[in-house]
This record gives sequence, C-alpha cells and structure tokens, in this order.
Amino acid sequence: MGYPQKPHPKETVVLSEYFGDPEARTYRGWVKRGGYEALKKALGMDPNAVTEEVKNSGLRGRGGAGFPTGLKWTFMPKEKKGPHYLCVNADESEPGTFKDREIMRWTPHALLEGTAIAAHAIRAEVAYIYIRGEFTEPWTVMTQALAEANAAKVFGNITIHLHRGAGAYICGEETALMNSIEGKRGNPRIKPPFPAVAGVFGKPTTINNVETLAAVPHIIKRGADWYKSLCLSSPKSTGTKLFSVCGHIQKPGNVEVTLGFPLKDVIYEMCGGMRPGRTLKACIPGGSSVPILTREETEKCLLDYEGVAAAGSLLGSGGVIVFDDSADMVYQIMRLARFYAHESCAQCTQCREGTAWTTKIMERILAGKGQMKDLDLLLDLSENMTGKTICVLSDSCATPVISGITKFRSEFEDYITGKKRPVMVA
Amino acid sequence: MADLVNLTIDEVQVSVPKGTLVIEAAKQAGVLVPHYCYHPGLPVAGVCRMCLVEIEKTPKLQIACATQVAEGMVVKTRSGQAKSGRTGVLELLLINHPLDCPICDQAGECELQDFTFQEGRPSTRYSPTYPKRFNPVEDFGPDVLYVPNRCILCTRCVRFMEDVAKEPVLNVSERGDRAFIGVHPDAQLDHPWSGNVVDLCPVGSLLSKDFLHKARAWELDKTASVCTGCSQGCNVTLDLRDDTVVRIRPRANVEVNRYFICDHGRGHYRWMNRGDRVEAPLVKDGTDLRAVDWDEALDRVRTILQGAGGSAVALVSPKASTEGLYYARKLLARFNWTGAFQVVMGEEAPLSGVPNLALRAERAPNGKGAELLGYSRDYAAALKAAEQAAVVLVIDDPETAVKTSGQVIYLGTAAPASLNASIILPMASMVEEDGTYVNRDGRVQRYFQARGTPAMARPAWWVLGQLTDAAPESASAAFDVMAGDVDAFRGMSYATLGLTGQRTGAGAGVPA
Repeated sequence: MGYPQKPHPKETVVLSEYFGDPEARTYRGWVKRGGYEALKKALGMDPNAVTEEVKNSGLRGRGGAGFPTGLKWTFMPKEKKGPHYLCVNADESEPGTFKDREIMRWTPHALLEGTAIAAHAIRAEVAYIYIRGEFTEPWTVMTQALAEANAAKVFGNITIHLHRGAGAYICGEETALMNSIEGKRGNPRIKPPFPAVAGVFGKPTTINNVETLAAVPHIIKRGADWYKSLCLSSPKSTGTKLFSVCGHIQKPGNVEVTLGFPLKDVIYEMCGGMRPGRTLKACIPGGSSVPILTREETEKCLLDYEGVAAAGSLLGSGGVIVFDDSADMVYQIMRLARFYAHESCAQCTQCREGTAWTTKIMERILAGKGQMKDLDLLLDLSENMTGKTICVLSDSCATPVISGITKFRSEFEDYITGKKRPVMVA
Repeated sequence: MADLVNLTIDEVQVSVPKGTLVIEAAKQAGVLVPHYCYHPGLPVAGVCRMCLVEIEKTPKLQIACATQVAEGMVVKTRSGQAKSGRTGVLELLLINHPLDCPICDQAGECELQDFTFQEGRPSTRYSPTYPKRFNPVEDFGPDVLYVPNRCILCTRCVRFMEDVAKEPVLNVSERGDRAFIGVHPDAQLDHPWSGNVVDLCPVGSLLSKDFLHKARAWELDKTASVCTGCSQGCNVTLDLRDDTVVRIRPRANVEVNRYFICDHGRGHYRWMNRGDRVEAPLVKDGTDLRAVDWDEALDRVRTILQGAGGSAVALVSPKASTEGLYYARKLLARFNWTGAFQVVMGEEAPLSGVPNLALRAERAPNGKGAELLGYSRDYAAALKAAEQAAVVLVIDDPETAVKTSGQVIYLGTAAPASLNASIILPMASMVEEDGTYVNRDGRVQRYFQARGTPAMARPAWWVLGQLTDAAPESASAAFDVMAGDVDAFRGMSYATLGLTGQRTGAGAGVPA
C-alpha cells in the first residue's frame, strides 16, 4: 500500500515500493534508488530483444483487457516505413480505479522509464502520455519529472510529450484517446484498422497502460524469469498488480499483490474488513464495467485474469469496489448507469439511447413507480447493448445491470412491490 | 480486372472485387441491408449500427458497412439474430423520436419509416411518461432547417461538410442522449453545395426551406433528367406535383456528379414552371399575329425557306436539345449558314472533395452539344451576320432582339423580346420532351419527358424534322439519324446511352 498506510506484510511491493516517498519523485532520488538503469540497459539492447524479454515475462495489459504486452508490441510493422508512436493511457477514469494516479504521483520516473523502454522496443521516436484532465497533482508531478529527465538527457532519441485530457471517460478508450491527441472529438474509431496499422496520426501506434509500463523497467532489470516467478495461481497471470480498494471498507487504498492472491484476504486482512457490525454483500473486482460478485463469489475469488473470470467477473483495471449489507444495490447500479449515460460519446445508437433509457428505468424503479416487467425490459435492453457497438462503453453499462438484476433481483422487486420506500433521485 | 472474392449472402453467391464492403456486395445479391449512417459517397462511420448482419464463424454480429468481404464468407442478413439486432436499434432510434410523420416533409421517403415498417417493433416499450428529448428547430443557413427532435445522429451531414465539401461547419455537439448536430457559432451552412445535406439526411431532420410543406412525397412524379444549371451535366430527378416542378434532387452518376448537386442547380427549376408560354404557332399577317394550325405554320416556314437564298443564321439557346440543334443545322444546310449560342456566365463553385465536379461558370447545359454540331460561341459575330442574312432561325432565345433584313423564324417556349419574327413556333421545354445534352466533358446524357407539352408546343426536333425529307418519329430516331451523320456522335445509339450517358468518342468505329 505504501501510502497512506504502510505496506501490509502480505503485499508484494514492486511498483508501490516508493509510494509515499517524496524523494523518489525527483530525478536524483530516482537514480539513487536504481532508476534509469533498466532504460540504459534496454537502449543497449536490440528492440526485438527487449520485446522478447517482456513477452517472456508474461506481463499482460493492466488497463483492463489483459492482453499480453510483449505480443502487442510485436504487432508493430517489422519494417519501419515511417514514424511509429507510443501512446500511454494515463486517462484513468474507470470508477473505482486509482492505481495509475498513485504511480504518477509517487513514481513518475518509473512511468517515464517504462515509456522510453517501450518506445525503444517498438522503434517509436515519439511517445504521448495522455493524462486524465482531472489529475491535477499527477500532472504537476509528471511535468516536473519529465523536465528533470529531459535535462538529464536520459531518453536518447525518444521524445516524450505529456498530453492532458479535458475530462471525458471515453478518452480512456484507446482509439478515442488517439483522436483526442489529434485534437479531434474523443470518439472511438471502428477497428480494423487496429492501432498497430493505423493509430495516432494514421501511423503505427502501440498503446499501453501506465501500470503496464511501470512494470517494464523491473522486467528489464531483473529479468523475465524473475517476473514470471511472481505467480500464485494461473501461469498465464504473472507479476504483481495494484488493486484500488474502495467502498465500504475500513482501510481503502491501493494494495499490491502477486497475481493469484485471494480477494478475501485483500478485503478482510489488508484493508481491514468491513465496518463494525457490517457484513460483505457484494464486490465489483475490476472497475465499474465488470460483473458484480456476490459475497460467496467474492470470498472464493483469486485475483488473476483466470481466477476472476472463474468467479464470474473480470479482473479489469483492478478497481475493487466493496459493498456491505447497508448498500442499496438498485441505487448503486442506477448511479453506474447514469455515469455511462453521461459519458456515452453518442456515436452508436445502442449506447447513446440505451444508457439513457436504462438510467430512466432504474430511476423509475427507485422512485417506486417501476413494474415487474421493467426487469425483463432492462435485461433485454442490456442484451441489445452488448457486443453490438464500436467500443465497450455500452457493454460496460449493461454488465452491472445484468449481474445486478440476476444476483440481487429481490432488492429490485422490493422497490417495485412497495416493500421498500421510494428513493428520491436527484 | 481486380481480384474477385466469392461469398454467399442470404444464400445467393456473388463475386465482388477484393476490398468491397459487405453492404455493397449485398446489393449485388439483391439484398438491401437496412442502414442509416452508411452512404456510398461518404467515408464510413459505422455509428448507427443498423446494418448488423450475421457472418458465419464470427461470434458477434458485424456491421455490413464496415466489414470487407472475404473468400468463402457466409453472410446472413435475415437470420433471427441479425434481425433482432436491427429491431433493437430501431426501437432505440424511436424512443426519442417525435413520431410527427403527419407534419414531416420526409414522410413517404423516410428511411426510419421504411425500415421500422419492415422490421421494427409493432409497439413501444418506452414509457409514455418519460419526456422525449427536445431541442428547438434551428436555422442552419439559407436553405436548411434542422429539426433536432427527428435527428438520429447518423452524422451523414457532418461527414458531407467535413470530407466532401471540406468546409466543416457542422459537428456533433454534446454527448450521450443529449447530443445534437451543431453548427459553428460563427458560421452558417451556406456552402454552395450545402443543400446536399437535406438529401443525405435519412430522416426529416434536415429540411429544405424551399421545399418546406410543398408536397407529400407520394404526390410526386419523378423523372430522370439532367440539370440545366450549368455545363457540368449533373444527373438529377425532377419531382413534379400536378405537372409543376417542385424539387430537383441529385441522381447518382459516379462519372459526373456522384450523389450530389449544387444549390444553384437545386433551385434552377422556376423557369420550368413559367406561365407565359407560346401555346400555338403564330404567323404574322401584316402587323398582327394569328394563331394557326401546324400544317399551315409548317407550310409558311417552307415557303420562307424556299424563297430565300444566300446566307442563313441560327441563334440558338444552349438549353436546346442536341436533336433539335441537329435538325436546325440540317434544315439550314443548303444555305451558307452560321450558328451561334449565347452563354450566360456566373461564378464557379467547386465541390472540393469530388474531382472534376463544380458548378461551372458557363451556365449552358448543352453548350458542348451545340459546339459539336458546328455552332460557335461567337454570338456577337452571328448577330452581325444576321443583319445581312436571308433567314434567321432563332431557337428559344427570347432575350435576343434580332436586327435583320431577312425573315425571322422563331421557335421557342416563350414569346420573343422583339416581335419582328415572321412566324413563332411553340416549342416544348426540356421538361416536356425526351432528348440529350452533352456536358462539358463531352458526355452525352439523356433526359426524359416529365410532363405533357402545353397546348400545341412540340419538341424542336419534331418541328424542324417535319421540314426535312425524312421526319423522325421520336427523339430516339432523331438521335440515331444524327449519330449516323455527325462524326462526334458516330457509333452511339440513343438506346445504349442508358440513364447515365456515354462519352462522345466512346462508341465503336469512331474515326480518330
């Protein structure tokens, strides 16, 4: 955890080692802690060798999809015909996720180093770090760190630009992010073409998450085998991952564990468990876009890509949202739906109209004016919103609704039958 | 020949060039996949999600407009899964739609109506107590109104202005279900080609002020025609209500105007409805004009022509048909004749995104045809020559005051400016006859008769043809006679010109 609490003994501290250590933010402080050694080593290596090392480490994208990072890098054209770009997705906006923010706040040089190594590996001369508009403190820290690193000329021929978003969730979608960098409206693009063929400015582009790139220097420095050895369950999930735990929990914050770690230990041990007299009701394990888990599912769940999938959800971004027995699931899901309705880019019909309609139905149920058939309508509507659009924002809205109604149907019915008092929805 | 890809669409096998989109391949299989945002003249957006189809071995439904064909692909547009996907889109498109078809200009030619009728839900599941999205009607520019409540945000208009007109004054403003089409605060939708957004709009959201509430779509008679606004020769459809032209819309011709016409051409129909037409042949007796029948009128012309010798001058309108102009030349062949046409000039206005497409400065739909038939652009010289000529034949140029010592034969749609003509013959306008124009690039294009002629007016080729030895029976026959006689048209036939025309010199056996 590192900040504000000290790390728990069960944590595997790799990325979060210097969280809470102000000196690590400075270039000199970072170098003193062994920083930029990996970059020096990588720049002396053949780009393909760097990629191979990352591929062997088993590192997978930490932004949500969990795509193998090294494999992604190999999608870039073998023969370089023009500029290549690297985009770093620091537009961390997934509700319940705040790990990238901490990486940028405390270890900005870790990200810069990882960015430069990745740029070298994909033979990009320019990298853009797209930072969420609301991240004022990370922005300041990153700006300072980049200036110091540039002054020390550590990046060789690689130029790193910071680009600040203007406050749209959808700009965290990789192609919307590229449009935004280009100065266009942040609308996701249809794929194909994939970014490795035509990304930002129509040139081959790789896009990686902050946490993914922050892990890269460790892999280069300590080797793929070391990273691969960090594995508690499935061999397909290696390394450590930050989990942002929030909600009805005693000690919210980021914890770093080796993949395969039990979710219940994170909740009950590292984060201090429920408030006194409260019990766990539900948990969203990977940011607001993934299916909700019940208490039983949560307590069985192992935190790696396969483990969470087996429990019926997705590892996603690692934003763990905890609900105790005081939580009103109907209200919580309405809030999520409203968020997606607000953030829909308005391109695809299902998303533009579906997210708003979902919200209206949810609000009506909460107001005590719902009907039983609304639940089937919500499920049918959610099905219609799944897998039919350009990006997955629409699916993300449907997911909590489907899992919510399926797993907590009685709470919905209580509002409809009048057993529960209506909630004023502002 | 490009590489062909074989695929099956709704159990029909088709072979299409590599890179073809499924939605276009489907057309070849006789299948129209319902769609809104896709338009062949615009970049693919893939946003309406209406063209969802099932493709075997692909887990999710795919949009036909953004999916390229692949060898052995099996596409099912009518499977249960595909249909329910599209029904879902239609339901969502309608939840915020005002359903004000009875007062909407688009009704009857609305794709939202058509596809809802075809595969939409019979009733809504949207609660009547939810308010629908409401935004006031907005004035976008000289001829375009935006009714945001009907908008389905397909973004065709935005893409047209951005990628075709290259004047990006429209955008999608706001997000989510609050989104609407916005116009730049310091600009107007006043590009000379901006009227196309009205045609492109698949619903009644962008409306032409000129056509507003003029007619219901089902009252219109549609005729394939050619625009008379300039020498570009854009293919158009004339929409007539009760024999009155009320609207001109583009007709697709990828060789000439693709899917677009300019606003000048769009509005260039008022002359077609003018009321001051010549309705009967008029002969001059002393100072009076007397209405006569065609036999007498034609006899009178024959007498004039037989009695005259020396030189003759033809002053013709570049709006006259190629066939009429040919027969005029044939009639005057035995004289020492000169012919000329007068071209009105205006401003040129290109459509940047389409090569070789512009509102041309020369507002002469058949100037090239006249030229190919030996008429000159030197109108002033012809007017001078007319002074000494024995016969002056004027074809539909009522603004010309001819000074001559000879006889003036006037063939026109409206009465001439100065009444020094010996005889006035009523002529059908291009709306009332079949014929051809030759555009500036030498493309011969047919236009079709959209309504009957007023009273006794007849097409120019008929009138002048009657005065020759072998009168043609139709525009088609007149054209074929010309093709056998004039080098520029040799090898062409009226029948094979089709709906989109042919370049002169493209026919078989043309001498270089």
